[in-house]
Amino acid sequence: MTLPLASSDLPTTGLGLAGALAIGAAFGWCLERAGLGSARKLAAQFYLRDLTVFRVMFSAVATAALGLFWLSWLGWLDLSRVYIPETFLAPQAVGGLVFGVGMVMAGLCPGTACVAAATGRRDGLAVIGGMLAGVFLFAEAFPSIQRFYDSTPRGPLTLPDLLHLPYGVVVCAVVAMALGGFAGADAVERRVRRRMAEVGQ
Amino acid sequence: MSTAIAPDSTPVVDLAGSSHSAVIGVSIKDPSDTPVDSSPATGRPYANPYLAGVGIGLVLLAAFVVAGRGLGASGAFSSAVAAGTAAFAPSHAAANPALAEYLGDGVSVGPLRDWLVFELAGVALGGFASAALAGRLRGAVERGPRIGSRGRLAYAMGGGVVMGVGARLARGCTSGQALTGGALLAVGGWIFIVTAFAAAYLAGPLFRRQWT
Repeated sequence: MTLPLASSDLPTTGLGLAGALAIGAAFGWCLERAGLGSARKLAAQFYLRDLTVFRVMFSAVATAALGLFWLSWLGWLDLSRVYIPETFLAPQAVGGLVFGVGMVMAGLCPGTACVAAATGRRDGLAVIGGMLAGVFLFAEAFPSIQRFYDSTPRGPLTLPDLLHLPYGVVVCAVVAMALGGFAGADAVERRVRRRMAEVGQ
Repeated sequence: MSTAIAPDSTPVVDLAGSSHSAVIGVSIKDPSDTPVDSSPATGRPYANPYLAGVGIGLVLLAAFVVAGRGLGASGAFSSAVAAGTAAFAPSHAAANPALAEYLGDGVSVGPLRDWLVFELAGVALGGFASAALAGRLRGAVERGPRIGSRGRLAYAMGGGVVMGVGARLARGCTSGQALTGGALLAVGGWIFIVTAFAAAYLAGPLFRRQWT
């Protein structure tokens, strides 16, 4: 078991930060290639005109989940040394709801806003400014939110733990769900576009 | 030519994309005259979404393998806010647990010497390089025909504020929770995916006038 190379203590060495920059650059490259630096394209996901966000996101999740499974099954990667985001049921459900409203209002998410801003879109820059303000507001309100923020902790809980299913079975289910979703996405887009053409919109 | 930033509404000649001349010169004030309204207004068409998605999946996998952690974005905003607050009011920042956890160790490691800060700087660089090479750099405010630049910027900023609060509450955003948590099969990541998408679809009609 040699991987991951670094432990999950944040690598703040020069080499670690250079790696972060390189990995981020590849991420930003892919986001821009997909068209996700464009608020108009991203927002179209939520009006069912263009389901690129869904396609990109679920092919990414399925690819990485499959990769993690195989690397760990082959014994090359020690999954217990990969940092798994901790679960806090209530704040994450509420946070997700709040975030979703902000995302469709902004037409961008935090990462894609950086791509939008870097490629000249001033609305991307406005989203970044808003994010900074929102994060600041959250910090100022933190003393009165803290109890809720720390409520319903479940630690690094995963779906296989929760459902008492083998890891590989859950990965297969995620991949199957993605493939089914891709087929559904094509059908939804065709219908919405046909209807838009009829309305003449 | 293709790497120049085109000002608002100026047709951009894209030398590489002659087979896609239908989209060239489409101004943002008139976005609805192509059937697929989300093709790029300038430059070459976007990549196949599945190819881009597999690419992101491999980048995410590389992050797990190299750094033992996934991708993120909102955490870098927290670091920036913590650094800014600490610069003006150091004791205030240190006394607030929501900021203090992003202040580094206070000795050799400052708040901006952080994995996510460098990763997000990379995101901007990589996005810029990709757009430059594809002729998609474009100085613009993206919006539909029925809203002015100011109105769109107000929505963008307001949405940013709401996302900032939501991401902090959820301990991550589309990168740190949906992509990273989703790939690791973390329960919180999947809760985030379901709730964020559900809320976006439910609230979508309220903000549709930005685009139609």
